[in-house]
Amino acid sequence: MARRMKTQEKKEFQKLVDSNNPKPNLLLNCFWAFSVGGLICIVGQFLHNTIESVFKLSHLESTNVTTLIMIFIGAFLTGIGVYDKIGKVAGAGSIVPITGFANSVVSPAMEFKREGFIFGVAAKMFSIAGPVLVYGITTSVIVGIVYYFIR
Amino acid sequence: MSYVYAFIIGGLICVIGQLLMDATKLNPPQVLVLFVTSGVILTALGIYEPLVKIGGAGATVPLPGFGYALAKGVFKGINENGLLGIFTGGVEATSGGITAAVVFGYTMAILFSPKTKS
Repeated sequence: MARRMKTQEKKEFQKLVDSNNPKPNLLLNCFWAFSVGGLICIVGQFLHNTIESVFKLSHLESTNVTTLIMIFIGAFLTGIGVYDKIGKVAGAGSIVPITGFANSVVSPAMEFKREGFIFGVAAKMFSIAGPVLVYGITTSVIVGIVYYFIR
Repeated sequence: MSYVYAFIIGGLICVIGQLLMDATKLNPPQVLVLFVTSGVILTALGIYEPLVKIGGAGATVPLPGFGYALAKGVFKGINENGLLGIFTGGVEATSGGITAAVVFGYTMAILFSPKTKS
């Protein structure tokens, strides 16, 4: 009985918390996510086109080089503290592009530097990137097994 | 014209992420994992390839593009090396990105310290 009371109270408390939380402005958030995310992709497209025409690389090679540069930009902007400022406005617009992946590597690594270079920087680098790689690679192997048998 | 399509496709993928975060209370790491996984599956189903054809960087720069590269790499690996390709193809195709994230990420984390919140 006492336990039930507790869950009841918890539920009421949660309701109170929810009602006091500011409602996210969905439309505005989406507008910023679209604009900033789109702009980051335009930067990527510009890099891609430039690399393809200047260095005469193949389409796939250009895509790979673009990814490298975008990761560098994301990591650098996180280092100098600019990326998090963009992220405050852009939300998913700064998280979903590959620059956001770089941000998710650098941000916790910097944050936990005082815990040392192995357990701090090197371990925390993967606190978000790790799961991304685990699920990405594992899914690709599952998909590969299916493809191997039905191709 | 490629810029317009990159902007629209890239923007739309980010809007999906924003909607997921606002409507379902998924946090950013969960969105990233979900997007990479969906990228792999959508590529396998042949849905993502047309998006890449139209959107260019608009489809390869967002995280599902990483999943796209993984899946494409696995298929290429299997076509070239058979069974072994299942294990080598994906990371082979994305090795540049993974190494860049490790090396640039590590370097920047060493060089810079978090900014104190004003």
